[in-house]
Amino acid sequence: MARQIGEVILDLKNISLAFGGVKALTDISFDVREHEIRAIIGPNGAGKSSMLNVINGVYHPQQGEIIFRGEHRKDMDTHEAAAAGFARTFQNIALFKGMSVLDNLMTGRNLKMKSNFLQHALWWGPAKREELEHRRKVEEVIDFLEIEHIRKTPVGRLPYGLQKRVELGRALAAEPQILLLDEPMAGMNVEEKQDMCRFILDVNDQLGTTIVLIEHDMGVVMDISDRVVVLDYGKKIGDGVPDEVKNNPEVIAAYLGTQH
Amino acid sequence: MQFFLEVLIGGLLSGVMYSLVALGFVLIFKASGVFNFAQGAMVYFAALSLVGCMGMGAPLWLAFILAFAIMTLLGIATEKFVLRKMVNQAPIALFMATIGLAFFIEGLAPLLWGNEVRALEIGLVDEPIAWILDNYNMVVSSFDLFAAGLALALVALLALFFQYTRVGRALRAVADDHQAALSIGIPLQHIWALVWAVAGFVALVAGMLWGSRNGVQFALTFTALKALPVLILGGFTSVPGAIVGGLIIGASEKLAEIYIPPVLAGWFGGNFGGIEGWFPYVMALLFLLVRPEGLFGEKHIDRV
Amino acid sequence: MFYRETGQFKTSYAADQQIFPIRQDRVGVILLLLVAFIVVPLVAGSYWFNAILIPFLIFALAALGLNILTGYAGQLSLGSAAFMAVGAYAAYNFQVRVEGMPILVSFLLGGLTAAGVGILFGLPSLRIKGFYLAVATLAAQFFIVWCLTKFPYLSNYSSSGVISVPGVEMAGFTFDTPQSRYLLVLSIVTVLALLAKNMVRSTTGRAWMAVRDMDVAAEVIGIRLMHTKLLAFAVSSFYCGVAGALYAFLYLGSVEPDGFSLDLSFKILFMIIVGGVGSILGSFLGAAFILLLPIFLDISLPWLSELLHLPFDGATVSHIQLMIFGALIMFFLIVEPHGLARLWQIGKEKLRLWPFPH
Repeated sequence: MARQIGEVILDLKNISLAFGGVKALTDISFDVREHEIRAIIGPNGAGKSSMLNVINGVYHPQQGEIIFRGEHRKDMDTHEAAAAGFARTFQNIALFKGMSVLDNLMTGRNLKMKSNFLQHALWWGPAKREELEHRRKVEEVIDFLEIEHIRKTPVGRLPYGLQKRVELGRALAAEPQILLLDEPMAGMNVEEKQDMCRFILDVNDQLGTTIVLIEHDMGVVMDISDRVVVLDYGKKIGDGVPDEVKNNPEVIAAYLGTQH
Repeated sequence: MQFFLEVLIGGLLSGVMYSLVALGFVLIFKASGVFNFAQGAMVYFAALSLVGCMGMGAPLWLAFILAFAIMTLLGIATEKFVLRKMVNQAPIALFMATIGLAFFIEGLAPLLWGNEVRALEIGLVDEPIAWILDNYNMVVSSFDLFAAGLALALVALLALFFQYTRVGRALRAVADDHQAALSIGIPLQHIWALVWAVAGFVALVAGMLWGSRNGVQFALTFTALKALPVLILGGFTSVPGAIVGGLIIGASEKLAEIYIPPVLAGWFGGNFGGIEGWFPYVMALLFLLVRPEGLFGEKHIDRV
Repeated sequence: MFYRETGQFKTSYAADQQIFPIRQDRVGVILLLLVAFIVVPLVAGSYWFNAILIPFLIFALAALGLNILTGYAGQLSLGSAAFMAVGAYAAYNFQVRVEGMPILVSFLLGGLTAAGVGILFGLPSLRIKGFYLAVATLAAQFFIVWCLTKFPYLSNYSSSGVISVPGVEMAGFTFDTPQSRYLLVLSIVTVLALLAKNMVRSTTGRAWMAVRDMDVAAEVIGIRLMHTKLLAFAVSSFYCGVAGALYAFLYLGSVEPDGFSLDLSFKILFMIIVGGVGSILGSFLGAAFILLLPIFLDISLPWLSELLHLPFDGATVSHIQLMIFGALIMFFLIVEPHGLARLWQIGKEKLRLWPFPH
């Protein structure tokens, strides 16, 4: 049962981001509604990853406003973003290769752990209870993503598709309000893509998590997203439901190229 | 004032000597991305080989050539038996391997050549330059001046080599990205052998100069450790940086050694010599906080 | 077939989280502790205590400290000996200057002082990484040793910084026999090792490993880099500091700043490389290996020299030692970067199947 799409929870107004002389994003505005799946698409180099980085505080835009649940958050850093409920995955997998799947997922719960290192050293009372409670939560994520059989495997040894799934798991373990996915299906074969789609839809369905997703596979985008934003050369050239965007001449031109 | 100038010039000149050692680091790092902690041991080994050959009766020029041949062999062996096997590992692991290499060479050198302190005669005497002494009343060693000149010439040569020759370009490509360089047909192993040979040459020149100034002894390996702050100041990949860094470290170290202890003795009483031992490192540390890539180094950007 | 795990199912997360989830491991460790605490003191001679067991435990503790910083948190440090020195001298000062100070408190304060200094010299890690950081730790190494030599107050105005520690007493009992010193060191090291093992398995340890593996990603998922790195420096220096205090009070009896030189820092680094970075067990294995190697060489080289009819004098032996150290480091880094601990793990896996091939 699909959730009802709610009010706007994330509003991006006039975001401009430049690195030295290079303009990554120019005057971008769009919003994200609660419980929806919002796709960001565009040709390579359009600024999609930069947009995601702006949303979760990795980059700070020179201009513009970010309003999350009514609060102005333009200058928040990554730690604040994570605390506010943003979790994300990365284009090139950013897992901790030296740790097991279970440990990687547990790091996703890091912000929720309140005990300090002394309590950890003594493995006593609050620290132990907390660890077990979070372990329980993480196991739910493991069940959900069907990765029980690899939970103790060091992540560096897993095939690419599974690593991507584990990265999703780490983001889910944080119980985020908004999930930012950067090309979650890049480099996957058809079966893996179908699995990943299923997981993303389930996350949205069962947990109600709002999802902002960058993806290149048009089929996937059209199928699963509620609304789409199209970027090209750092500017917004389309915004609406998939069907609208698909037929937008500017979008078609950007992807296929036309003579100017 | 004169005394200050004297200390300054002495420091600058010894700084150039540090640069020579640092140059070896830069070469290897530039061409293979490996920070060769064993460079100091190589300087020691080179100096010992030189002095050993001369001790067996060879004149300086012949001993130099023989020592160079030995250093080249050492470099090739290192590349073949150690570096090649560690191609896939993290830079830190490679660095630690060179620490192991340093210890290995530090054990091997005296095993082959004996470990008494030896004098190295290269025909230069460590005397104050007469006309400076007479006109300005300052002691400036003629030896140091010659060494500085030699080092500068070497640096200029190497800078030109890297910038303008085909081989130099290939070396820079290799340092940037091994796989990419391989894929355009650059023969990695030959390049590395070449680089280590050049580094060995630089180590030999440094060893020759340091050895004749201070005697060939185990302490030479510690001078090499001093090259580290030089590299931090100058940047790990910059040949001119090695010179500038060396000058700064040499000068500041000597000045600190002369001027700081009296101040400390005034506050605390007692003797505060030996500042030279840590001052360059602390300076490097402070510098790192302000400019992590060094004066001429390349900025490192992490992309997520 | 003695090492089978069949039949050992975990029915709760708590059971899964134990340090030694496999029954055979638990039994093994308990036996080991029994032997260490009860059998050894009864059986071993004083040479064993003084030359082997006590230094082994102390170096294992220092290696543990370095492993936390370099192996788990990924911050390369070449200054562990300097932190040992801080611990030793601080403990000495507290013990000697404060009337009636209990010895364990002195050790604790020595460790805490080292932790404080560690945080100070760890601050650069917030801006610099990798071998740049190693050079910064070199600054710590040289500066600290120089301070200890030049500021007479720190060594209670003795000449050239040498300190001779008073005897160790607790509740009227004097620790002057090798057995008693061994048991005290063993107890302290066991407790600290347990605490370390707990820390590295917990959120603290995971945060350290995250920073080691990919600090940019760790920051993005909300791990505070500054806290994590500085905590690593603090805990690591604490362990090295306590090791230094034990080194002075229960092993050598008298130390000088030069005894905590760069050479010792390298030795400790070698212990964790050979033993296994990122492994508590590895710290112990590495310490044993590096400590026993010179002794082994001292015994075997003369025999070898007779065999080959080559004279090996003392200097030659130490040269060969250097070469073997260097060669071993390179060997381990090439062949088994995870050190003896990994070899041990592989051995256990083979044991699971033995005597069957697969």
